[in-house]
Amino acid sequence: MGMISAEAEKKIQEIIARYPVKRSALLPVLFVVQQELGYLPDEALEEVARWLDLTFLDVATTVSFYTMFHRRPIGRYHIQICRNVSCYLCGSEAIREHLERRLGIRCGETTADGRFTLSEVECIGACSWAPAMQINFTFYHHLTPERVDEILRSLP
Amino acid sequence: MEKVRVLSARFDLPDSHTIEVYLRTGGYQALRKALTEMTPEAVIEEVKRSALRGRGGAGFSTGMKWSFVPREADKPKYVIANADESEPGTCKDRVLMEKDPHAVIEGILLAAYAVDAHLAFIYIRGEYWYLKERLERAIEEARERGFVGANILGSGFACEIIVHPGAGAYICGEETALMESLEGKRGYPRIKPPFPAVVGLYGCPTVINNVETLASVPPIILRGGDWFRQLGTEKSGGTRLFAVSGHVARPGVYELPMGYPMKRMIEEECGGIRGGKRLKAVIPGGSSAPILTAEEVEQCTLDFESLAALKSMLGSGAIIVMDEDTDIAQVVYRITKFYEHESCGWCVPCREGTRWMRKLLERLLRGEGRPRDIDLLYELARNIFGTTHCPLGDAAAWAVYPAIEKFRADFEAYVRAPVVSVSAEVSTPRRLAV
Repeated sequence: MGMISAEAEKKIQEIIARYPVKRSALLPVLFVVQQELGYLPDEALEEVARWLDLTFLDVATTVSFYTMFHRRPIGRYHIQICRNVSCYLCGSEAIREHLERRLGIRCGETTADGRFTLSEVECIGACSWAPAMQINFTFYHHLTPERVDEILRSLP
Repeated sequence: MEKVRVLSARFDLPDSHTIEVYLRTGGYQALRKALTEMTPEAVIEEVKRSALRGRGGAGFSTGMKWSFVPREADKPKYVIANADESEPGTCKDRVLMEKDPHAVIEGILLAAYAVDAHLAFIYIRGEYWYLKERLERAIEEARERGFVGANILGSGFACEIIVHPGAGAYICGEETALMESLEGKRGYPRIKPPFPAVVGLYGCPTVINNVETLASVPPIILRGGDWFRQLGTEKSGGTRLFAVSGHVARPGVYELPMGYPMKRMIEEECGGIRGGKRLKAVIPGGSSAPILTAEEVEQCTLDFESLAALKSMLGSGAIIVMDEDTDIAQVVYRITKFYEHESCGWCVPCREGTRWMRKLLERLLRGEGRPRDIDLLYELARNIFGTTHCPLGDAAAWAVYPAIEKFRADFEAYVRAPVVSVSAEVSTPRRLAV
């Protein structure tokens, strides 16, 4: 199909080979594909279905259960601000409002230049260092509006 | 009470995550002891004697769980480390895996030896990607030294470990939903029984334990179950990691013996309530645990029995502390929104009930609440409780109705004064026979 690089496909085949049941490799394989394409278009799910001897629907209905998979393109930096109780107690709402003002978008939206997507997420396991967010897979703790500005400026 | 560091003993050492540091500090000695001196049955007996209880939430006896795996099954057996840590307030497994991944791996190998499993999985939430990579590196280090793979330490025992990422679904922390997810499906919980020890992953006997539970096993094997048990209480053996968050001066992850006074932990370990404020409430075991008042905190000790006596639970050991300025209705709203978001949608009381509760709370917080809304919310929560297959529904209910019982004024503050009494728009739901 040519969507997935030879290198990624090799990695995918290695992952599949490790599991006693092929379908078990679905989530880790989807992560490799999403890493490669930035999101999971239909064509990619069809390819994944072929690798794992599944139907397109098997894959698509599984994907839709999990919040970390994106069926549409998102920004280069996915800012995920925790809204759960520990972060709320430590002022996460002010951080969210600051981010919305600063980026000119609401949660769930992407900046026009495609640089940032802002999301509110449930507990990310940073409760003792709240308020916290993740940008892609990187954690940022003890947020203040100033610290948020600093972090945004430091991104390449 | 003596504060012995068992799980966090290596946390402050430089490069504590490497196998060199682990080996220098007694690492893989328990595995060597088990493989050379102990039968699998003896390993299970030692764990039973330790009174180790699950650190993920349910608090079930670990040794008992292992002994339920049929010895003579003709199917393969599996071990799963539950590293899906998603219970709001909980971040202790993250610290454990970051600082001491080999303790988790050694615990997994001991569990595998005890139940005769040759393939193990660490199911880790996808957000912890850096820890997935750290664990994979640690497994490779262990493999190079002969602790993982074929013929471990020349004993003939073989075990592989796969680190498997979740992809953002709280429900996958529930053990049977986790297995569905690990099989590459949507994370719908299975109906129990049968329990995973008999019918688990791929329909085969499976031991599934929280990572902290597994990391407690090497010290138990090395120093004995009796030693571990006496660190805690009679029925809650050992020490455990408590993740403290909210309005304390020093939030963090603390290792304390089971049975330690909660008030003392807040005051001594955590430096008290920040800004010199007074304590209002504590959610003691992650967001699923019923809230405690300041008075209840006075008499509470950190063990399963004490929390059960207060009709709450120690759960995942996440202690969420709230000061006198906290609006409990706002807290309950956030938690309810969480359960609505994470309900898998399978059971109607949970799917519809959490949504209805969230809507009621939203209306209340907008200042448009009606006097009966608080009672309706209360009844709704009572009707979700006990009517769902998995504990998510119970958790959603537990976050709501005890909070109304104990902090009703916080909810009433939002209710408009009633203008006219209108005909019954909403009726109090009857409890259905189940």
